[in-house]
Amino acid sequence: MNKLLEVKGLKQYFPISTGFLKTTMLKAVDDVSFDIEKGETLGLVGESGCGKTTVGRTLLHLYTPTAGEIWFDGKKIGDKSSLREFRKRAQMVFQDPYSSLNPRMTVADIVAEPIDVHKLCTTKQERENRIRELMTLVGLNTEHATRYAHEFSGGQRQRIGIARALASRPEFIVCDEPVSALDVSIQAQVINMLEELQQRLSLTYLFIAHDISVVKHISNRIAVMYLGHMMELACANELTKHPLHPYTVSLMSAVPVPDPRESRKQRRIVLEGDVPSPLKVPSGCPFRTRCSRATSACMESCPAMRECAPGHFVACHNV
Amino acid sequence: MSLLEVKDLHTSFFTAAGEVKAVNGLCFNLEEGKVLGIVGESGSGKSVTAYSILQILTHPGRIVSGSIKFRGEELVGKSDEEMRHIRGNKISIIFQDPMTSLNPTFTIGNQLREAIMMHTDRNREQAHTRAIEMLRLVGINEPEKRIHQYAYELSGGMRQRVMIAMALACEPDILIADEPTTALDVTIQAQILELMMRLQKEFGMAIMMITHDMGVIANVCDEVIVMYAGGVCERGTTDEIFYHPKHEYTRGLMRSIPDMNDDEKTPLIPIAGTPIDLLHMPPGCPFSPRCERAMKICLKEKPKEYWVAHDHLSACWMNVKDGVCFDAQPSEGELG
Repeated sequence: MNKLLEVKGLKQYFPISTGFLKTTMLKAVDDVSFDIEKGETLGLVGESGCGKTTVGRTLLHLYTPTAGEIWFDGKKIGDKSSLREFRKRAQMVFQDPYSSLNPRMTVADIVAEPIDVHKLCTTKQERENRIRELMTLVGLNTEHATRYAHEFSGGQRQRIGIARALASRPEFIVCDEPVSALDVSIQAQVINMLEELQQRLSLTYLFIAHDISVVKHISNRIAVMYLGHMMELACANELTKHPLHPYTVSLMSAVPVPDPRESRKQRRIVLEGDVPSPLKVPSGCPFRTRCSRATSACMESCPAMRECAPGHFVACHNV
Repeated sequence: MSLLEVKDLHTSFFTAAGEVKAVNGLCFNLEEGKVLGIVGESGSGKSVTAYSILQILTHPGRIVSGSIKFRGEELVGKSDEEMRHIRGNKISIIFQDPMTSLNPTFTIGNQLREAIMMHTDRNREQAHTRAIEMLRLVGINEPEKRIHQYAYELSGGMRQRVMIAMALACEPDILIADEPTTALDVTIQAQILELMMRLQKEFGMAIMMITHDMGVIANVCDEVIVMYAGGVCERGTTDEIFYHPKHEYTRGLMRSIPDMNDDEKTPLIPIAGTPIDLLHMPPGCPFSPRCERAMKICLKEKPKEYWVAHDHLSACWMNVKDGVCFDAQPSEGELG
């Protein structure tokens, strides 16, 4: 096994003021551990507010973790010198291609920002060539280098964002909902491109999305999160075909199948109620308030991740 | 007579840059008690169609020509005053984002009562009772307490339930749902779709479901319209559209969706090119610049809608070339 990234007991709490001189800790990510192998895509799914984006951002130290360790390529990430090197090798693609590109910068400058920050090119000519190379790589017309972001469509903007992420020749990219804002036909273009780039540049992805069919398509393994906790982690086919955790089971059954006959046959498990507030996470298992199989044990202690089948991890008392 | 008949509808936005033809010659019928899906990408004119029916278009948009008949009654050309009796009463709408469509400065009870008192002769107290009844019907716990709350105190799913309660309070004949679940999580989406289907059976209304999600269409719709660049690509029963698509755009759309049952990770086949620029529409078929099977005629002349089955219409020159289309609606037996 060749692990590129190892996360151990990652916690990310945010202080929220809940009254006069009173703060409560919002546990966005609570004790999450996983690892990502070289060249692999790990998918991260969950509903809004479950902490999947926070995991991605904390991994890249955009937030300083409250607790836990992040190991990248055998080195622990944390101090300033390791961070600088790490940030060159790990990049991020953001969800919203409209707000993640500076409207006052030209495409060339946006794409070259990591190059300038890390001083990767010594001459102007070299920088220019690299920009051209990157734009071609993501299928953008190099003649458009002097244009501004607003002159492009959503799909093209996402390509600019990807070109920027690739500029420092990273090994690891956190893709935070990179296709959620795009139309289906454009979404497929970007997914195919991400897969091609992964092959060509031997990249490793953490792919965060809420669309399970997209995550299943692109990922080798999938992790499911709920209220800051990891509920299940397994190989993509295994997780979608034989989900074990009651939450994953209902999540899979809720996905509408784009096939009328199949969907008539589909048995839906409709969950009652809403996701509880992350400020008031239920005691024990966070899912127990909506779980049909909850017992008194679920109330008392939070289940730990156990390996139920080879490579299939579940955090549930009843599995 | 259909419940709603839209004929050759043209809606444009007159911007400084020129005329944007958002809806361009749209025709369709909505039958009593049916669920009609409208699917298409952003900018295909789905929402503008809905706004045209209710005439809630904002400046600089307006209906240029065409006819919209509700139970045989022409809606185009009606005054604002006349439309007010139709909106929320006979035809209701729920929007994508329930946060921005609810007024943050009034309680939800206040807004529900307003809708009820506007269209019925109930007094304040009766309207209040009706509002509580509606909230209970859409599955909101403790409606007596919730009715005094503001939109920000509710979750996304809950807000959409309030919107549905408001839309259905006057028992409309048509409910237009403009991307009702796009802003919601899948488990909440499943709840809302189930609720809408239950209420549709109880109230017997027709639903126009506007969405970009083929999964939602397959789940709830009887009939589907596939839109591109303000026009119809094809329309027919859900099974026909899904199993016998007769337009290159629909086929492309289906190929672009990842298949949950595919374990081999077969690469997706995307539709090439970028979405159409509505300011510069090609003279022929609007999809022709992105269509890999486009012929000479596709670039020159816009195809009209031909019948390709007794329950299926399509506007694509390929069908004419392949000789699989009819000018008039064929009977079921004729096609075997």
